[in-house]
Amino acid sequence: MADEAKAEGGGLEFHPMDQFIVEPLFGSGPVAWYTVTNVTLWMALAIVCVVLMFVLGTSRRAVVPSRSQSIAELGYGFIYKMVEDITGKDGLKYFPYIMTLFLFIVFSNFLGLVPTAFTTTSHIAVTALLAMGVFLTVTVLGFVKNGVGFLSLFWVSAAPLAIRPILAVIEIISYFARPISHSIRLAGNMMAGHAVIKVFAGFAAIAAISPFSVLAVTAMYGLEVLVSFIQAYVFTILTCVYLKDALHPHH
Amino acid sequence: MEGSIVEMGALIGAGLACTGMGGAAIGVGNVVGNYLAGALRNPSAAAGQTATLFIGIAFAEALGIFSFLVALLLMFAV
Repeated sequence: MADEAKAEGGGLEFHPMDQFIVEPLFGSGPVAWYTVTNVTLWMALAIVCVVLMFVLGTSRRAVVPSRSQSIAELGYGFIYKMVEDITGKDGLKYFPYIMTLFLFIVFSNFLGLVPTAFTTTSHIAVTALLAMGVFLTVTVLGFVKNGVGFLSLFWVSAAPLAIRPILAVIEIISYFARPISHSIRLAGNMMAGHAVIKVFAGFAAIAAISPFSVLAVTAMYGLEVLVSFIQAYVFTILTCVYLKDALHPHH
Repeated sequence: MEGSIVEMGALIGAGLACTGMGGAAIGVGNVVGNYLAGALRNPSAAAGQTATLFIGIAFAEALGIFSFLVALLLMFAV
């Protein structure tokens, strides 16, 4: 369908989804599970950035922090406080997992904003893996910590007895919809934002509206910087909420 | 301008699916508007509720993203 749009549009060529194509990094050919692709490259770069910021940034452990050290300390404190506020003191055991998730997502999002970069988090395959990890961890943890008592999460004791079975069905459906919405929220937001930027960039080919197009791309880019951070924050905060449900299932 | 009637239906459906995003916009506006109204009445309590605000935004926004996904599926996958 995209090819037909190109043929009809005259000077306009829209390829907003081309930036999400997964292709081998070296040479060309079919993509197997072991092929090194552009996704692999940008994921590895995200991890390199995390390591650079946190290992090198805090390696000197100065009392008066340098610029990179204070950024690392700020990020650490921010997530630490969030985990403590939402899950309580006993949730702090799982802080390393949540911190890892946040750092990987935030750096993938920000690296995707570099022009010509590949946004790894715009693929549902990537975010679904992260969300399934959270879902399985939380479910297993809930049963290990509370035993069968974890099922009281679905039995809303605050509601009148007559409507509790109906509520239980709704609660169970919403519980299993969690990994879907958790992953699609991140992937959809990143994909939509990048596609919108590309569409506005496509309008730059028409001379009459090209100044508007450049302004719109700039404005959307600014919004995307904000959205990149907020989506990483939302993914992490929802992980904390799910964790709290697993540790304290009683409403 | 040639194409099957299935393709036409898929594209019209994609356009219709996008109206769902308007609902998400209303929802997110409602959440933030009410947060702001409460925060201006009692600014000292506002800082503690930003996490709740973002959770609310995320839940409201997820449904808009779902409709966007349906539109994309109709355009590129069907």
